Amino acid sequence: MSQPLFEYLCRMGDNALVLGHRVSEWCGVAPVLEEDIALANVALDLIGQTQLWLGLAAEVEGKGRDADNLAFHRDVWDFRNLLLVEQPNGDFGRTMMRQFLFDGWHLAQLQALMDSSNDQIAAIAEKSAKEVTYHLERSSDTVIGLGDGTEESHRRMQSAVDRLWPYVGEMFLSDDVDQEMMAHGIAPDPASLRAGYDTLVADVLAAATLKRPEDDFAHKGGKTGVRHTEHLGHMLTQMQWLQRSYPDATW
Amino acid sequence: MVIEKPSVETVWEWLSQVPDPEIPVISLTDLGIIRDVQWQGDTLEVTVTPTYSGCPATTIINLDIETALRAHGIENLSLKRQLSPAWTTDWLTDAGRDKLEAYGIAPPQPAGGPQHCPRCQSTAVEKISQFGSTPCKAQWRCTDCLEPFDYFKCI
Repeated sequence: MSQPLFEYLCRMGDNALVLGHRVSEWCGVAPVLEEDIALANVALDLIGQTQLWLGLAAEVEGKGRDADNLAFHRDVWDFRNLLLVEQPNGDFGRTMMRQFLFDGWHLAQLQALMDSSNDQIAAIAEKSAKEVTYHLERSSDTVIGLGDGTEESHRRMQSAVDRLWPYVGEMFLSDDVDQEMMAHGIAPDPASLRAGYDTLVADVLAAATLKRPEDDFAHKGGKTGVRHTEHLGHMLTQMQWLQRSYPDATW
Repeated sequence: MVIEKPSVETVWEWLSQVPDPEIPVISLTDLGIIRDVQWQGDTLEVTVTPTYSGCPATTIINLDIETALRAHGIENLSLKRQLSPAWTTDWLTDAGRDKLEAYGIAPPQPAGGPQHCPRCQSTAVEKISQFGSTPCKAQWRCTDCLEPFDYFKCI
């Protein structure tokens, strides 16, 4: 049981870590000051959640590792995040579309985890859900504002959803780890979150005057760790550089 | 060494003198993040809940609690983190809300936005951004006096 649970917690932690790092890449270069601050705040929430998830993962694993160790000393094939969150930022519109597509799933997932049979997981989910409610509110508003904005912003948002849609399906696929979590009442069936998600996406895209791509083809391999996209390795060379070059460096 | 153990009420009083590092006009007890104070044998156990999971002030807060209690002669101290029930702005004390307003930060409202401008009291206010200078705040603006101001988010 501890191995599947460790895997599951790494998936939750790695989603927050990889997206948190991606979003933090905007710090200092966002289009306007308010958006820069908002993006940095979202990144901060996600990194905070990472510490909780990976901290618990390390505790469950019981091999003397900690959250920092898992974040900075694992190689790309040991990461368990969704392919969606490792996709490069692109323009501001694509970053916000990626955020919306993730937030919609993330909030539903956390709300389900609040009923987990594992008290520590339920507590982290309860804490995180409050923060992610804000993230979803902002990313939905921004997708609507830009989609239903100028001709240029509309074009960019449609191209963002077209590009990112193939990474949505992975969030709802399940494997042996998910089966084990379901059997113990720890986590929901990923497929059970799809209907609510589809409704949310339909509503927001309609308000944004954007079209949902018709083809539901889904790339997979991120959360199982079978195959990440090439982008994750490049990101880790930045994210892990200091701790790899100077092991155990502290402030 | 045998020391006289101060009562938990006294410890709460001491903690009410420790300012929040980001918004020093309110204390840690005003903020409602101290969840419990109790003696476990000779060890004083203080339970703290984070406001936001990534708030960088959290480690400073723990350090400030430790420094304050050590200054009062507490030797055996243990700080516990409690995530659930998750912190809510409902735990801000009324005194804390008044101090925020007097400082120029609109206190949280269940309606999801400030009641009025903390400077001129006008109710003509608009949101600039859902996020602000710290994780717990959003940016708003008064359309009468035109001053931007911080709003303490309601969570």
